[in-house]
Amino acid sequence: MAGTDPISQFKVKTLFSFGTIGADENGANGVDLVFTNSALFMVLTVGLIATYLILSTRGRGLVPSRLQLVSEMSYEFIANMVRSSAGTEGMKFFPLVFSLFSFILIANMWGMFPYFFAVTSQIIITAALALLVMAVVIIYGVWKNGFGFLKLFVPSGIPLPILFIVVPIEVLSFLSRPLSLSLRLFGNILAGHIVLKVFAGFIVSLSALGALGMFGSILPFVMAVALTGLEFLVSALQAFVFAILTCIYLNDAIHPGH
Amino acid sequence: MAEQDLTSSSILIAQAQTDTGNSEAQQPGNAAGTNDAVEEQVVQEANDAAQGITVVVEGSEVVAADPAVELHAETQGAYTEQEKSVFPPFDSSTFGPQLFWLALTFGVLYLLMSKIALPRIGEILEVRRDRIEGDLAEAERLRQKTDQAIEAFEAELAEARAKSHGIADETRAKIKSEMDAKRRDVEADLAKQVATAEARILKTKTDALANVDQIAAETAVAVVGKLAGKVSIKDARVAVSDVVKG
Repeated sequence: MAGTDPISQFKVKTLFSFGTIGADENGANGVDLVFTNSALFMVLTVGLIATYLILSTRGRGLVPSRLQLVSEMSYEFIANMVRSSAGTEGMKFFPLVFSLFSFILIANMWGMFPYFFAVTSQIIITAALALLVMAVVIIYGVWKNGFGFLKLFVPSGIPLPILFIVVPIEVLSFLSRPLSLSLRLFGNILAGHIVLKVFAGFIVSLSALGALGMFGSILPFVMAVALTGLEFLVSALQAFVFAILTCIYLNDAIHPGH
Repeated sequence: MAEQDLTSSSILIAQAQTDTGNSEAQQPGNAAGTNDAVEEQVVQEANDAAQGITVVVEGSEVVAADPAVELHAETQGAYTEQEKSVFPPFDSSTFGPQLFWLALTFGVLYLLMSKIALPRIGEILEVRRDRIEGDLAEAERLRQKTDQAIEAFEAELAEARAKSHGIADETRAKIKSEMDAKRRDVEADLAKQVATAEARILKTKTDALANVDQIAAETAVAVVGKLAGKVSIKDARVAVSDVVKG
């Protein structure tokens, strides 16, 4: 890490490359199969989730062990969330919502380790996840309801003149969903990590000033500790928010009429 | 760009030199010293200009660094320290690899979750729910069985109580009837005895009364005999009965 620069922690660094495919004879225009720190933490995230869930439920205990209980609780937590907001029909998207929730949660948690990389601080990752959700919503909604999916934009029981105002608003709000979904997660994680780094940087630079500076660095130190707690909360909360919004959007695809 | 600037700077220097020549040509009558001074000044200006251009060239190097680095990054997959101008999350050169790895890892995660982990946890929960429901049903069955047993026991108890009641009643009635019969027997017996006794008393009474006549006659005979001579017992008896009747 380059000193106290709060931005460098988001830099995607190449760890090694699998080589370039599709390059011309000059070695240009190809797609690099580089393994970056971002990719490493995606692999770690998936590895941790899959290993934990599969190993902890290996015994299939009728009376669950503590590890198995955590898996079961997370299962029931997401299952209840999907069932309550998208209905029983929404349960076919349960694996998707569970994957999204666990991926974001664990990626955020990996990011909480100092010097580790927060995958969700990359706009491309959060945008891809949000677009995945919207693609599922649109494809499933159109496949299941046909043109009835457009009822999503026409709330029932509203007089015709007001519809001219409401429908554009509904369309706009639908279009802004992927934007808000991706930017919320990206912004929270990015800002949190920058603030943490800034306060941690204050400690270092104040301590370098001598005894008085060391004394003065108590305040940013307390702030850094408090912010770490807050960031853990934000990490879990953002995963939850992403998952529950996914459920709500899926509910729109399943039951487009308001 | 840098090369262009360099060329333009050399052109400028050349122009400056031509300017010097021109000034020489325009002012032929000037002293050599003045001429030298002018030349020095012009050279100085040219140098300054060249330096300025060098600065520009350096600046253009900095500006040019970005595309160069990007090209470098795209071809070599390596980043240099100079690449600082782009905010890292918005560095589009990282988008391709990140999307590739996201698709790969998230796809693997989805497959593992939907094919292995979640069905397994669901199965565990299902088995447990079935087991608990089964146990509850079994408990309910046993409870019903207990209730039935208690009911049967109470019914039997009531029956037994009714039966014992019946037996007691029956016995009481039987005893009563027996007692009644005995009492009747005894009463009949007693009545018979009373009747016999009464008959006997009556007989004794009549006997006694008859005896009284006899005794009275005999006494009359005796009294009469003593007083008036002998009287036959037969007359006496007639006399007595006359008196008695009389």
